[in-house]
Amino acid sequence: MNFEWPWQYNFPPFFTLQPNVDTRQKQLAAWCSLVLSYCRHRRIYTLDVMEAQESPMFNHKKIERKLSVEAIQIVFEELRKKGNLEWIDKSKTRCLIMWRQPEEWGKLIYQWVSRNGMINSVFTLYELSNGEDTENEEFHGLEECMLLRSLQALQVESKAEIITMDEGKGVKFF
Amino acid sequence: EEKRKETDKNISEAFEDLSKLMEKAKEMVELSRSIANKIKEKQGDITEDETIRFKSYLLSMGIANPVTRETHGSGTHYHMQLAKQLADMLLAPLQERGGMMALTEVYCLMNRARGMELLSPEDLVNACKMFESLKLPLRLRVFDSGVMVVQLQSHNEEEMIASALDNVSEKGSLTSEEFAKLLGLSVLLAKERLLLAEKMGHLCRDDSVEGLRFYPNLF
Repeated sequence: MNFEWPWQYNFPPFFTLQPNVDTRQKQLAAWCSLVLSYCRHRRIYTLDVMEAQESPMFNHKKIERKLSVEAIQIVFEELRKKGNLEWIDKSKTRCLIMWRQPEEWGKLIYQWVSRNGMINSVFTLYELSNGEDTENEEFHGLEECMLLRSLQALQVESKAEIITMDEGKGVKFF
Repeated sequence: EEKRKETDKNISEAFEDLSKLMEKAKEMVELSRSIANKIKEKQGDITEDETIRFKSYLLSMGIANPVTRETHGSGTHYHMQLAKQLADMLLAPLQERGGMMALTEVYCLMNRARGMELLSPEDLVNACKMFESLKLPLRLRVFDSGVMVVQLQSHNEEEMIASALDNVSEKGSLTSEEFAKLLGLSVLLAKERLLLAEKMGHLCRDDSVEGLRFYPNLF
Protein backbone atom coordinates (compact mmCIF):
# COMPACT_ATOMS: atom_id res chain seq x y z
CA MET A 1 0.00 0.00 0.00
CA ASN A 2 1.48 3.31 -1.05
CA PHE A 3 1.71 6.07 1.45
CA GLU A 4 2.47 9.71 0.85
CA TRP A 5 2.57 12.46 3.41
CA PRO A 6 -0.26 14.92 2.67
CA TRP A 7 0.74 18.51 1.77
CA GLN A 8 -0.50 19.69 5.18
CA TYR A 9 2.31 17.72 6.81
CA ASN A 10 4.84 20.25 5.52
CA PHE A 11 2.66 23.23 6.45
CA PRO A 12 3.73 24.45 9.93
CA PRO A 13 0.27 25.72 11.03
CA PHE A 14 -0.94 22.12 10.69
CA PHE A 15 0.81 21.46 14.01
CA THR A 16 -0.98 24.26 15.90
CA LEU A 17 -4.60 23.75 16.83
CA GLN A 18 -6.43 26.50 14.92
CA PRO A 19 -8.72 28.79 16.94
CA ASN A 20 -10.98 29.52 13.97
CA VAL A 21 -13.81 26.97 14.09
CA ASP A 22 -14.10 26.39 10.34
CA THR A 23 -10.36 26.16 9.89
CA ARG A 24 -10.05 23.81 12.82
CA GLN A 25 -12.65 21.47 11.37
CA LYS A 26 -10.71 21.18 8.12
CA GLN A 27 -7.50 20.74 10.06
CA LEU A 28 -8.94 17.94 12.21
CA ALA A 29 -10.37 16.20 9.16
CA ALA A 30 -6.91 16.25 7.57
CA TRP A 31 -5.37 14.89 10.77
CA CYS A 32 -7.89 12.06 10.95
CA SER A 33 -7.20 10.94 7.40
CA LEU A 34 -3.43 11.22 7.97
CA VAL A 35 -3.57 9.08 11.13
CA LEU A 36 -5.71 6.44 9.45
CA SER A 37 -3.61 6.17 6.31
CA TYR A 38 -0.34 6.19 8.25
CA CYS A 39 -1.49 3.43 10.62
CA ARG A 40 -2.77 1.44 7.68
CA HIS A 41 0.56 1.81 5.90
CA ARG A 42 2.60 0.84 8.96
CA ARG A 43 0.04 -1.72 10.09
CA ILE A 44 -0.45 -0.13 13.48
CA TYR A 45 -3.41 -1.44 15.44
CA THR A 46 -2.99 0.21 18.81
CA LEU A 47 -1.73 3.65 19.77
CA ASP A 48 -0.45 5.05 23.01
CA VAL A 49 -1.10 8.76 23.51
CA MET A 50 2.31 9.40 25.07
CA GLU A 51 4.24 7.36 22.54
CA ALA A 52 2.27 8.76 19.64
CA GLN A 53 3.83 12.17 20.11
CA GLU A 54 7.25 10.74 19.26
CA SER A 55 6.01 8.94 16.17
CA PRO A 56 6.81 10.65 12.86
CA MET A 57 3.07 10.97 12.39
CA PHE A 58 2.78 13.73 14.99
CA ASN A 59 6.39 14.84 15.09
CA HIS A 60 7.83 16.37 11.95
CA LYS A 61 11.54 16.66 12.75
CA LYS A 62 12.52 18.39 9.53
CA ILE A 63 10.32 21.43 10.11
CA GLU A 64 10.68 21.09 13.90
CA ARG A 65 7.02 20.96 14.65
CA LYS A 66 5.06 18.51 16.72
CA LEU A 67 1.46 18.27 17.72
CA SER A 68 0.89 18.87 21.44
CA VAL A 69 -0.50 16.06 23.58
CA GLU A 70 -3.71 18.06 24.10
CA ALA A 71 -4.15 18.41 20.36
CA ILE A 72 -3.43 14.71 19.82
CA GLN A 73 -6.17 13.93 22.30
CA ILE A 74 -8.57 16.14 20.36
CA VAL A 75 -7.65 14.37 17.11
CA PHE A 76 -8.18 11.00 18.80
CA GLU A 77 -11.52 12.12 20.15
CA GLU A 78 -12.52 13.16 16.63
CA LEU A 79 -11.50 9.73 15.34
CA ARG A 80 -13.55 8.12 18.09
CA LYS A 81 -16.60 10.11 17.05
CA LYS A 82 -16.14 8.83 13.51
CA GLY A 83 -15.96 5.26 14.79
CA ASN A 84 -12.32 4.67 13.89
CA LEU A 85 -10.99 4.57 17.40
CA GLU A 86 -11.81 2.88 20.67
CA TRP A 87 -10.21 3.47 24.05
CA ILE A 88 -8.77 0.34 25.62
CA ASP A 89 -8.48 1.73 29.14
CA LYS A 90 -10.65 4.14 31.05
CA SER A 91 -7.87 6.65 31.62
CA LYS A 92 -7.62 7.08 27.83
CA THR A 93 -3.93 6.37 27.39
CA ARG A 94 -4.15 3.52 24.88
CA CYS A 95 -6.54 2.98 22.05
CA LEU A 96 -7.44 0.69 19.21
CA ILE A 97 -7.10 2.42 15.88
CA MET A 98 -9.53 0.97 13.41
CA TRP A 99 -8.55 1.97 9.90
CA ARG A 100 -10.62 -1.07 9.02
CA GLN A 101 -13.72 -1.94 11.03
CA PRO A 102 -13.81 -5.31 12.90
CA GLU A 103 -16.66 -6.37 10.60
CA GLU A 104 -14.48 -5.83 7.54
CA TRP A 105 -11.61 -7.78 9.09
CA GLY A 106 -14.04 -10.58 9.91
CA LYS A 107 -15.19 -10.65 6.31
CA LEU A 108 -11.60 -10.88 5.06
CA ILE A 109 -10.80 -13.73 7.44
CA TYR A 110 -13.96 -15.59 6.57
CA GLN A 111 -13.25 -15.19 2.86
CA TRP A 112 -9.81 -16.73 3.33
CA VAL A 113 -11.18 -19.59 5.38
CA SER A 114 -13.85 -20.47 2.85
CA ARG A 115 -11.48 -20.03 -0.12
CA ASN A 116 -9.21 -22.63 1.37
CA GLY A 117 -12.04 -25.01 2.20
CA MET A 118 -11.33 -24.95 5.86
CA ILE A 119 -14.78 -24.22 7.12
CA ASN A 120 -15.67 -26.38 10.08
CA SER A 121 -12.09 -26.53 11.22
CA VAL A 122 -10.61 -25.05 14.37
CA PHE A 123 -7.82 -22.48 14.48
CA THR A 124 -5.88 -20.97 17.31
CA LEU A 125 -5.84 -17.19 17.28
CA TYR A 126 -2.07 -17.22 17.00
CA GLU A 127 -2.26 -19.46 13.95
CA LEU A 128 -4.63 -17.05 12.22
CA SER A 129 -2.57 -13.95 12.71
CA ASN A 130 0.96 -15.36 12.77
CA GLY A 131 0.78 -18.78 11.11
CA GLU A 132 2.59 -19.61 7.85
CA ASP A 133 -0.62 -20.20 5.94
CA THR A 134 -1.82 -16.64 6.34
CA GLU A 135 1.50 -14.99 5.58
CA ASN A 136 0.29 -13.33 2.39
CA GLU A 137 -3.05 -12.28 3.77
CA GLU A 138 -3.88 -8.75 4.79
CA PHE A 139 -4.85 -9.82 8.25
CA HIS A 140 -1.45 -11.38 8.90
CA GLY A 141 0.04 -9.75 11.98
CA LEU A 142 -3.29 -8.44 13.24
CA GLU A 143 -3.11 -7.79 16.94
CA GLU A 144 -5.01 -10.21 19.15
CA CYS A 145 -7.23 -7.50 20.56
CA MET A 146 -8.42 -6.52 17.09
CA LEU A 147 -8.57 -10.13 15.89
CA LEU A 148 -10.85 -11.03 18.74
CA ARG A 149 -13.13 -8.11 17.90
CA SER A 150 -13.39 -9.25 14.28
CA LEU A 151 -14.14 -12.84 15.27
CA GLN A 152 -16.78 -11.61 17.66
CA ALA A 153 -18.34 -9.78 14.75
CA LEU A 154 -18.38 -13.06 12.79
CA GLN A 155 -19.85 -14.82 15.80
CA VAL A 156 -22.77 -12.43 15.77
CA GLU A 157 -23.42 -13.52 12.17
CA SER A 158 -23.16 -17.17 13.30
CA LYS A 159 -20.17 -17.72 11.03
CA ALA A 160 -17.75 -18.53 13.83
CA GLU A 161 -17.56 -19.54 17.42
CA ILE A 162 -14.81 -18.54 19.78
CA ILE A 163 -13.65 -21.37 22.02
CA THR A 164 -11.46 -21.12 25.05
CA MET A 165 -8.65 -23.65 24.87
CA ASP A 166 -6.00 -24.69 27.35
CA GLU A 167 -3.54 -22.04 26.34
CA GLY A 168 -5.46 -19.10 25.05
CA LYS A 169 -8.31 -18.93 22.61
CA GLY A 170 -9.34 -20.66 19.42
CA VAL A 171 -12.06 -20.31 16.85
CA LYS A 172 -14.21 -22.59 14.76
CA PHE A 173 -15.72 -21.39 11.50
CA PHE A 174 -19.09 -22.46 10.11
CA GLU B 1 12.19 75.99 65.68
CA GLU B 2 9.67 78.77 65.45
CA LYS B 3 9.46 78.36 61.70
CA ARG B 4 8.92 74.61 61.93
CA LYS B 5 6.02 75.12 64.31
CA GLU B 6 4.50 77.56 61.86
CA THR B 7 4.61 75.05 58.99
CA ASP B 8 3.23 72.32 61.21
CA LYS B 9 0.29 74.50 62.05
CA ASN B 10 -0.27 75.36 58.39
CA ILE B 11 -0.22 71.73 57.38
CA SER B 12 -2.62 70.57 60.06
CA GLU B 13 -4.94 73.44 59.23
CA ALA B 14 -4.89 72.46 55.57
CA PHE B 15 -5.74 68.88 56.43
CA GLU B 16 -8.53 69.96 58.71
CA ASP B 17 -9.98 72.03 55.90
CA LEU B 18 -9.61 69.12 53.56
CA SER B 19 -11.58 66.78 55.77
CA LYS B 20 -14.26 69.43 56.16
CA LEU B 21 -14.39 69.77 52.42
CA MET B 22 -14.75 66.02 52.06
CA GLU B 23 -17.63 66.06 54.47
CA LYS B 24 -19.36 68.65 52.34
CA ALA B 25 -18.71 66.54 49.27
CA LYS B 26 -20.18 63.56 51.04
CA GLU B 27 -23.36 65.52 51.62
CA MET B 28 -23.44 66.33 47.94
CA VAL B 29 -23.01 62.70 47.05
CA GLU B 30 -25.87 61.69 49.30
CA LEU B 31 -28.06 64.45 47.93
CA SER B 32 -27.30 63.46 44.35
CA ARG B 33 -28.10 59.87 45.10
CA SER B 34 -31.53 60.76 46.44
CA ILE B 35 -32.11 62.94 43.40
CA ALA B 36 -31.13 60.06 41.16
CA ASN B 37 -33.68 57.87 42.92
CA LYS B 38 -36.33 60.52 42.49
CA ILE B 39 -35.55 60.74 38.79
CA LYS B 40 -35.98 57.03 38.52
CA GLU B 41 -39.34 57.13 40.30
CA LYS B 42 -40.73 60.04 38.36
CA GLN B 43 -39.55 58.99 34.97
CA GLY B 44 -41.16 61.26 32.42
CA ASP B 45 -41.98 64.01 34.92
CA ILE B 46 -38.56 65.50 34.49
CA THR B 47 -37.49 66.88 31.15
CA GLU B 48 -34.55 65.56 29.19
CA ASP B 49 -32.79 68.88 29.67
CA GLU B 50 -33.03 68.62 33.44
CA THR B 51 -31.42 65.18 33.58
CA ILE B 52 -28.63 66.43 31.36
CA ARG B 53 -28.01 69.34 33.69
CA PHE B 54 -28.03 66.96 36.62
CA LYS B 55 -25.41 64.91 34.86
CA SER B 56 -23.10 67.85 34.40
CA TYR B 57 -23.39 68.49 38.16
CA LEU B 58 -22.40 64.92 38.88
CA LEU B 59 -19.55 65.22 36.46
CA SER B 60 -18.13 68.32 38.07
CA MET B 61 -18.09 66.51 41.41
CA GLY B 62 -16.47 63.46 39.88
CA ILE B 63 -19.14 61.03 40.96
CA ALA B 64 -19.73 58.21 38.59
CA ASN B 65 -23.29 57.03 38.79
CA PRO B 66 -23.52 54.88 35.69
CA VAL B 67 -26.79 53.05 36.33
CA THR B 68 -28.95 56.09 36.74
CA ARG B 69 -26.86 58.21 34.40
CA GLU B 70 -26.95 55.76 31.54
CA THR B 71 -30.68 55.28 31.91
CA HIS B 72 -31.41 58.97 31.49
CA GLY B 73 -29.76 60.27 28.35
CA SER B 74 -26.58 58.69 27.08
CA GLY B 75 -23.88 61.14 28.15
CA THR B 76 -23.27 64.77 28.86
CA HIS B 77 -22.91 68.04 27.04
CA TYR B 78 -19.27 68.10 28.02
CA HIS B 79 -18.57 64.77 26.38
CA MET B 80 -20.49 65.81 23.30
CA GLN B 81 -18.41 68.94 22.88
CA LEU B 82 -15.27 66.93 23.50
CA ALA B 83 -16.28 64.37 20.90
CA LYS B 84 -16.67 67.13 18.32
CA GLN B 85 -13.28 68.53 19.16
CA LEU B 86 -11.69 65.08 18.96
CA ALA B 87 -13.19 64.55 15.55
CA ASP B 88 -11.66 67.80 14.28
CA MET B 89 -8.26 67.13 15.74
CA LEU B 90 -7.90 63.45 14.93
CA LEU B 91 -8.94 63.47 11.30
CA ALA B 92 -5.50 64.32 9.92
CA PRO B 93 -3.40 62.11 12.24
CA LEU B 94 -5.74 59.19 11.55
CA GLN B 95 -5.41 59.54 7.82
CA GLU B 96 -1.66 59.66 8.25
CA ARG B 97 -1.71 56.37 10.19
CA GLY B 98 -3.87 54.38 7.83
CA GLY B 99 -7.22 55.14 9.45
CA MET B 100 -6.74 53.54 12.85
CA MET B 101 -5.18 54.47 16.18
CA ALA B 102 -5.12 52.74 19.55
CA LEU B 103 -6.99 54.70 22.20
CA THR B 104 -3.84 55.02 24.33
CA GLU B 105 -2.13 56.66 21.37
CA VAL B 106 -5.04 59.07 20.98
CA TYR B 107 -4.84 59.86 24.69
CA CYS B 108 -1.15 60.77 24.45
CA LEU B 109 -1.69 62.82 21.33
CA MET B 110 -4.57 64.80 22.81
CA ASN B 111 -3.03 65.51 26.20
CA ARG B 112 0.30 66.50 24.71
CA ALA B 113 -1.48 68.93 22.44
CA ARG B 114 -3.60 70.37 25.24
CA GLY B 115 -0.84 71.02 27.72
CA MET B 116 -3.23 72.37 30.37
CA GLU B 117 -6.77 71.23 31.15
CA LEU B 118 -5.86 67.60 30.51
CA LEU B 119 -8.30 64.85 29.72
CA SER B 120 -8.94 61.94 32.03
CA PRO B 121 -8.92 58.52 30.36
CA GLU B 122 -12.56 58.17 31.32
CA ASP B 123 -13.56 61.43 29.63
CA LEU B 124 -11.81 60.32 26.47
CA VAL B 125 -13.58 56.97 26.38
CA ASN B 126 -16.92 58.60 27.10
CA ALA B 127 -16.42 61.19 24.38
CA CYS B 128 -15.41 58.50 21.90
CA LYS B 129 -18.57 56.56 22.71
CA MET B 130 -20.59 59.49 21.36
CA PHE B 131 -19.02 59.56 17.90
CA GLU B 132 -21.76 57.45 16.44
CA SER B 133 -24.78 59.23 17.89
CA LEU B 134 -23.31 62.60 16.87
CA LYS B 135 -22.80 61.33 13.32
CA LEU B 136 -19.11 62.22 13.39
CA PRO B 137 -16.84 60.53 10.86
CA LEU B 138 -14.97 58.61 13.60
CA ARG B 139 -15.81 55.38 15.42
CA LEU B 140 -14.72 53.77 18.64
CA ARG B 141 -14.08 50.09 18.18
CA VAL B 142 -13.45 47.41 20.79
CA PHE B 143 -11.60 44.31 19.64
CA ASP B 144 -12.28 40.89 21.13
CA SER B 145 -9.06 41.21 23.10
CA GLY B 146 -10.45 44.34 24.80
CA VAL B 147 -8.14 46.71 22.93
CA MET B 148 -9.94 49.93 22.02
CA VAL B 149 -9.15 51.87 18.88
CA VAL B 150 -10.45 54.96 17.13
CA GLN B 151 -10.94 54.51 13.43
CA LEU B 152 -12.24 56.55 10.52
CA GLN B 153 -15.78 55.68 9.58
CA SER B 154 -14.67 55.34 5.99
CA HIS B 155 -12.08 52.79 7.10
CA ASN B 156 -12.73 49.70 5.04
CA GLU B 157 -12.31 46.55 7.02
CA GLU B 158 -12.54 44.07 4.18
CA GLU B 159 -9.97 45.95 2.19
CA MET B 160 -7.71 46.00 5.21
CA ILE B 161 -8.03 42.24 5.72
CA ALA B 162 -7.47 41.59 2.04
CA SER B 163 -4.30 43.65 2.06
CA ALA B 164 -3.12 41.84 5.20
CA LEU B 165 -3.64 38.56 3.38
CA ASP B 166 -1.70 39.91 0.40
CA ASN B 167 1.19 40.91 2.62
CA VAL B 168 1.30 37.57 4.37
CA SER B 169 1.07 35.63 1.10
CA GLU B 170 3.88 37.65 -0.40
CA LYS B 171 6.23 36.87 2.50
CA GLY B 172 5.02 33.31 3.02
CA SER B 173 4.37 33.93 6.68
CA LEU B 174 4.63 36.83 9.13
CA THR B 175 4.73 37.51 12.85
CA SER B 176 2.85 40.55 14.11
CA GLU B 177 6.17 42.35 14.68
CA GLU B 178 7.26 41.79 11.08
CA PHE B 179 3.86 42.86 9.84
CA ALA B 180 4.00 46.01 11.98
CA LYS B 181 7.40 46.91 10.55
CA LEU B 182 6.19 46.28 7.02
CA LEU B 183 3.18 48.58 7.35
CA GLY B 184 4.69 51.09 9.77
CA LEU B 185 1.96 50.32 12.30
CA SER B 186 2.17 49.69 16.02
CA VAL B 187 2.64 46.02 16.92
CA LEU B 188 -0.62 46.10 18.85
CA LEU B 189 -2.68 47.20 15.86
CA ALA B 190 -0.79 44.89 13.51
CA LYS B 191 -1.64 41.95 15.73
CA GLU B 192 -5.32 42.93 15.90
CA ARG B 193 -5.41 43.08 12.11
CA LEU B 194 -3.87 39.62 11.77
CA LEU B 195 -6.22 38.20 14.39
CA LEU B 196 -9.17 39.71 12.58
CA ALA B 197 -8.05 38.16 9.31
CA GLU B 198 -7.68 34.86 11.13
CA LYS B 199 -11.17 35.18 12.56
CA MET B 200 -12.52 35.72 9.04
CA GLY B 201 -10.74 32.54 7.97
CA HIS B 202 -8.15 34.17 5.69
CA LEU B 203 -5.14 33.35 7.85
CA CYS B 204 -4.11 30.54 10.14
CA ARG B 205 -1.50 30.39 12.87
CA ASP B 206 1.68 28.51 13.63
CA ASP B 207 2.43 28.74 17.34
CA SER B 208 5.89 27.39 18.12
CA VAL B 209 8.98 28.18 20.17
CA GLU B 210 9.95 30.61 17.42
CA GLY B 211 6.85 32.68 18.13
CA LEU B 212 3.38 33.13 16.72
CA ARG B 213 3.44 33.26 12.92
CA PHE B 214 0.55 33.79 10.57
CA TYR B 215 0.18 31.91 7.28
CA PRO B 216 -2.37 32.15 4.50
CA ASN B 217 -5.17 29.73 5.32
CA LEU B 218 -4.51 26.85 2.95
CA PHE B 219 -6.85 24.47 4.78
